[in-house]
Amino acid sequence: MSRIASVFAQASHIALIPYITVGYPSVETTLKVVPLFASSGCDIIELGIPFSDPLADGATIQRASYHALKQGVTPKVCFEVAQELRRQMKIPLVFMTYYNPVLKFGLEQFCSKCAEVGIDGLIIPDLPPEEGQELEKSTKKHGLDLIYLLAPTSTEERIELVAARSSGFVYLVSLTGVTGARDELPRELESFVANVRRRTEKPLCVGFGVSTAEQARRIAKVADGVIVGSRIIQLLDEDKSLGNACSFIKCLREALL
Amino acid sequence: MKKDRQLPDSQGYFGQFGGRFVPETLMPALNELEAAYQKAKHDPSFWAEFDSLSRDYSGRPTPLYFAERLTKHCRGAQIFLKREDLLHTGAHKINNALGQGLLAKRMGKRRIIAETGAGQHGVAAATICAKLGLDCVVYMGEEDIQRQALNVFRMKLLGAELRPVSSGTKTLKDAINEAIRDWVTNVRDTYYLLGSVVGPHPYPVMVRDFQSIIGKETREQILARCHRLPDYIIACVGGGSNAIGIFHAFVNDTEVKLIGVEAAGKGISTGKHAASLAAGTVGVLHGAKSYVLQDESGQILGTHSIAAGLDYPGVGPEHSYLKSIGRATYVAVNDKEALAAFQLLCQTEGIVPALEPAHAVSYATKIAGTLPRDQIIVVNLSGHGDKDMDIVSKALGVTRG
Repeated sequence: MSRIASVFAQASHIALIPYITVGYPSVETTLKVVPLFASSGCDIIELGIPFSDPLADGATIQRASYHALKQGVTPKVCFEVAQELRRQMKIPLVFMTYYNPVLKFGLEQFCSKCAEVGIDGLIIPDLPPEEGQELEKSTKKHGLDLIYLLAPTSTEERIELVAARSSGFVYLVSLTGVTGARDELPRELESFVANVRRRTEKPLCVGFGVSTAEQARRIAKVADGVIVGSRIIQLLDEDKSLGNACSFIKCLREALL
Repeated sequence: MKKDRQLPDSQGYFGQFGGRFVPETLMPALNELEAAYQKAKHDPSFWAEFDSLSRDYSGRPTPLYFAERLTKHCRGAQIFLKREDLLHTGAHKINNALGQGLLAKRMGKRRIIAETGAGQHGVAAATICAKLGLDCVVYMGEEDIQRQALNVFRMKLLGAELRPVSSGTKTLKDAINEAIRDWVTNVRDTYYLLGSVVGPHPYPVMVRDFQSIIGKETREQILARCHRLPDYIIACVGGGSNAIGIFHAFVNDTEVKLIGVEAAGKGISTGKHAASLAAGTVGVLHGAKSYVLQDESGQILGTHSIAAGLDYPGVGPEHSYLKSIGRATYVAVNDKEALAAFQLLCQTEGIVPALEPAHAVSYATKIAGTLPRDQIIVVNLSGHGDKDMDIVSKALGVTRG
């Protein structure tokens, strides 16, 4: 069983999955905050490899990516960070990035390096399954999960396709839009999750827009995991000592119990 | 070459280039767009409306003009200009805006979004939206807003809402990112009127089809006048829509040399250029696999060109394909050479070209002198230069007035 699969094998446990951009605001922060998150009850950590043109991201993650790139954060740096983190923790680590940096690195080389440093899976928001066959050859070969995304606009046909091809879990985009903290999540969220649930037995995790414990609790009633990104980046801005971000994680963990 | 007519394949690929690298949210919308376009494409009434508005509203056909004094100046091959600059709104962009505007209306989408670099596509989109009674939002980089002030004012006059883009390089690349983010958010009621042969399938093929009227007319006009096909077709390439538009009708005529001219900016060796095909590598940008300007980590590079419409780090996938099979050749012309050609065309022919096709004019004048007088060159004069007066006067150090 893969590390990601074992997270979802725990009965009635809702996975908490934070996202952070590697190198935001510094590589040191990433190396410090990820272990803190892991010990505060997170189940999987999404490490963002910054890309110059993040078209699925809203203002917060765009800014974080831009900043990280200015700090010289390359995929190579991200592999070093992942390797260091893997030494310190057992929970699954997944990379979230766009397709071009992976393509440029070389699909096979990228996946081989992921396996070597202890990365468990990949999330690539601009790679639908139609374009994913090449990468899947390498992820399978190296035992990585390739996590595909579904959106509220996905048709029944696409739900079948994405759910069948996704491995590890299926990433459900909660809303029609880009990443970024929202005050409210769409009313149709529950029916969207239920609709996907009818078509697959794979774990379903919901992300995009999640910014409060209340929202996380609502998602926990229907899904298997909650993904939080932009709100964490904002909290890293607010409090450089990382205290706010860590208490937010603890608060989310409690909400999911 | 016959089978090339069938490209792209059902997945939107021209050879290894093209495809659909977009967030899942947009995949159903692209499928819907493809289906709607296929239906319209096979509906004679759609083309009847397109043709009648192309004639009565846009001003087609555009003339194929023999540039006699320019030809004499170059002392070589005969240079013809396909006068897309004479179209309504001053550039070829109206062909595509009209086609997609009619399609959006058929699809029942009332809100149109568009990106623009030089402002020509923004103006064309705003124009068609005004004509068809649709709402129009145009994304434009802050740097481009500065340097294309006249077009900014025109778009506003035409009733479009202009949204400045301050992220990244503040040029066309970022305007497209922002337009895609808007589309991801408002996909249910919004039509994305993309302005070039870039982006995810079906945009590259759809925009090509709407622009291919340029080459069809050119072919008929040159045959009527010279009783043979031209030896060279030369067009500037940013995203590449005017070039694909004039190339397409000649792709199977292998004796016709197709030359795309990219922007060498301050020189390829300086890194300040926009020559994706001449100096780029294969990557994925804005939903398609094609040549892109990127660093060794796959980050998209900033670009430079005096012509805002060429200032883009990617290029349409069909151009990458034509390059890969050797059917088209791509060269680059720098800012200074383009400016010189701009002035030369003003002085020899009384025609003020946009800075974008001035790159194509420059390359044509370069090779014309090396060719015998019975050779024929057709340059796609894709746009008018009114929008560039500020840039040109600054570059020449002239005070206007």
